[in-house]
Amino acid sequence: MAIVSLTSTSVTVNPLKQSQTLGAALAFLGFKGMMPTLHGSQGCAALTKVVLARHLRSSIPINTTAMTEVATVLGGEENVEAAILSIVEKSQPEIIGLCTTGLMETRGDDMGRFLKEIRHRHPELDYLPIVLVSTPDFKGALQDGFAAAVESIVKVIPQKSEKANICPKQITILASSAFTPGDIQEIKEIITSFGLTPIILPDLSASLNSHLENCHIPITTTGTNLEQLRSISNSVCTLVLGESMRNSAQILGQKFCTPYEVFNELTGLKATDRFLQTLAHISGNVIPEKYRQQRRQLQKVILETHPYFGCKRVSLALEPDLLWSTTHFLRSLGMQIHAAVTTTRSPLLEELPITSVTIGDLEDFELLANGSDLLIANSHADAISQRLNIPFYRLGIPIFDRLGHGQFPRVGYWGTIQLLFDIGNLLYQEEMKVRH
Amino acid sequence: MKPNTEEINDLPTPSGSESNTQNRKKLSTQPGIVQGSCAFDSAMITLLPITDAAHVVHGSSGCASSMWGSAASLFSDSTLHKTRFTSEIEESDIIFGGAKKLRKGILELQKRYKPSVVFVYSTCITAMIGDDIEGVCRDVTEETRIPTIPVHCPGFIGTQNLAHRVVGETLLEHIIGTAEPDICTPFDINLIGEHSIAGVIRNVLPLLEKLGIRVLAKITSDARYQEICYAHRAKLNVVLSSQSLTSMAKKMQKKFGIPYIEESFYGVEDMNRCLRNIAVKLGNADLQERVQQLITEETAALDEKLAIYRTQLQNKRIVLDIVGFKSWLIVFASQKLGMEVIPISTKNFTEDEQSQIKSLVGRKSIILQLDTPEEIQQIINEHQADILIASRYQYTAIASNISFLDLNTERNRPYAGYVGMVEITKELYAAISSPIWDVLREPNPWD
Repeated sequence: MAIVSLTSTSVTVNPLKQSQTLGAALAFLGFKGMMPTLHGSQGCAALTKVVLARHLRSSIPINTTAMTEVATVLGGEENVEAAILSIVEKSQPEIIGLCTTGLMETRGDDMGRFLKEIRHRHPELDYLPIVLVSTPDFKGALQDGFAAAVESIVKVIPQKSEKANICPKQITILASSAFTPGDIQEIKEIITSFGLTPIILPDLSASLNSHLENCHIPITTTGTNLEQLRSISNSVCTLVLGESMRNSAQILGQKFCTPYEVFNELTGLKATDRFLQTLAHISGNVIPEKYRQQRRQLQKVILETHPYFGCKRVSLALEPDLLWSTTHFLRSLGMQIHAAVTTTRSPLLEELPITSVTIGDLEDFELLANGSDLLIANSHADAISQRLNIPFYRLGIPIFDRLGHGQFPRVGYWGTIQLLFDIGNLLYQEEMKVRH
Repeated sequence: MKPNTEEINDLPTPSGSESNTQNRKKLSTQPGIVQGSCAFDSAMITLLPITDAAHVVHGSSGCASSMWGSAASLFSDSTLHKTRFTSEIEESDIIFGGAKKLRKGILELQKRYKPSVVFVYSTCITAMIGDDIEGVCRDVTEETRIPTIPVHCPGFIGTQNLAHRVVGETLLEHIIGTAEPDICTPFDINLIGEHSIAGVIRNVLPLLEKLGIRVLAKITSDARYQEICYAHRAKLNVVLSSQSLTSMAKKMQKKFGIPYIEESFYGVEDMNRCLRNIAVKLGNADLQERVQQLITEETAALDEKLAIYRTQLQNKRIVLDIVGFKSWLIVFASQKLGMEVIPISTKNFTEDEQSQIKSLVGRKSIILQLDTPEEIQQIINEHQADILIASRYQYTAIASNISFLDLNTERNRPYAGYVGMVEITKELYAAISSPIWDVLREPNPWD
């Protein structure tokens, strides 16, 4: 049981968290034909685009209602309407994800009414789903915005088909912001190897393959499409990857009576065992030979690497879902959690098997992390690693100073092996330094 | 301090440098089209290179963290400016006002971080709820004697240009002329508007030093607070790139009688002209002679360094998308290397712009009508190009059997001055001579 404390200063120094708006925009990128649109000042969209482009290392479709000072005083309805019409004309999206920003939430624009009236004035847009999500950046964090965007999608788009037509091989996957595109790709591969068809919300993995895209397309060209979203009611069950996605699963449960199961970890031997067992149970198939072999390899790698992990002290600055899975994985190797800082509230925090966790910034992290053997955080903690002279492994969002960080999985047996070597090498290198 | 309408309308005209191409973008914002940046972000990037300052964002943490780490500047001294401070206003602060929290926060950070100066940036939310930032800054300055300066530039007020104006006004109102340097020399100048992304200023400062020219204030790149205070004692203002800061130079001329020139560090011709003009304006015959000598030496050294690349690159043909700052660098490099440039663009240039392009590369820009891969391919074939330099269509380049260089890559290399020419040439050579194009063109073995 962890005691959750809030930082008590009046000034935040080196913020750890990213905004809800950014999280929602990121989630929307996992759907095909999408134009994420931010209702706020054009700067909000421009900066969100920069952060996401640097993190994902690809071009990012994003749009804005371009609220000016005057427009803010008058209210945003005209701008929302103009933006939607312009996007439809120029980019022909299949779906628009409309996120609010702190500015418009402060003003109190009634977005629900705006959309209703815009729809009334423009019946020609009836075909086009416009998914509205409230993501003020003055509360919550990336993980909350990401989850809220998926909630809005499952509320609006999947409809109950007229006759119940459950497809026993189709499962819905709700994957939180803790997973990279490489993770999602691995998860997809594992699931399909059981003969199951996953519908992944959101599916960021496909963006990995779009590097040879021929021309500049202003909307997403990959990801889960509308047809798949509409067929979610037929899924035999929902697997929730990350606690923050539980609400979406509950919504699906209420709408379609789909049962769900939550997996808060997919890294490590036991966590992967549980996931594969569940898939075997759902599909009625045995665990494929490929994964049996990977499991034996993982056992060997754990044996090989554990001396470098045992009793080492690690400090973590991660969002709640990622903090939970990383804490459990590293503790399973004998590491001790020296300090934990996170961004936002979550029911997981109090259940963490550590003494305390701080909802705070990277200044808190720097103070708490002193004396540990390893730091794990996003790229902004690089300077801290240099000042404290402690090895640093990058995890979370944003990561802008590493090539290919989003490409390789850290989930499943194979991903766990990868992670063990990556972190193990950092710790090993540190020991070698001492010897010479 | 907010600029009035007259000032907003008095916008700079484009010519050939980095911020020029940005200036060409439409200056009004339009729903449904993402263009330009955030005014707050631009203001902060402009002031951020004051390295012993604490930069405080009065707004949500989203504003503070979104722009953090985006300007890849190199700095030599203090690193305080890299620490990001924000009042991180929350729902309750919006309801009850965030000024109190801001004041408490500034006092706290002053105790812990001992900045020479504090800049406080308003953002959309705090501007809208009307927090009295000016009042807080005035009180804190009186209380602690550490200058605490409001920068009123919330994102929704407009574009980058406007932000630069606000910054100029802020510096003039609160900093410039508030302290006197120990000594003055007849060769004191200020550099205005070069933010030393990727440390470009390091390519130029040694040259000025060699000539005996003292840079009094760098406004702002790798600067200390104190040097900005001295700026009013310079004999000349050299305005680089950021055209919008010209208004600041104009005001300094009026207020302190300092003449200004608008120059650029990018490309050999521009660099030469810049040094010559500084010498002319400082009115010292001896210096002019030294400048001439330095130019002769530097260009000779540069030619020697480029010779090996020239043999490889001469007469190669570039299809170049004229978009952004880096495309002009390519133009300058192509001139030195004897390469041929076929300029293309998606937007209609004015006659003036077209003749400017023509004077630089010998032909007018092709305006893309369809902006499709087929059109690009046709241009490549028609001109028998060797490389496509653009921010997209790399697959078209590969399919057309030619090399590709991305204009969109991060700006983490210093392109300024004579040294910068070598940098861009290397990049050009690496792209043209890379073996990867052949590898990528290999057909699928199963086809």
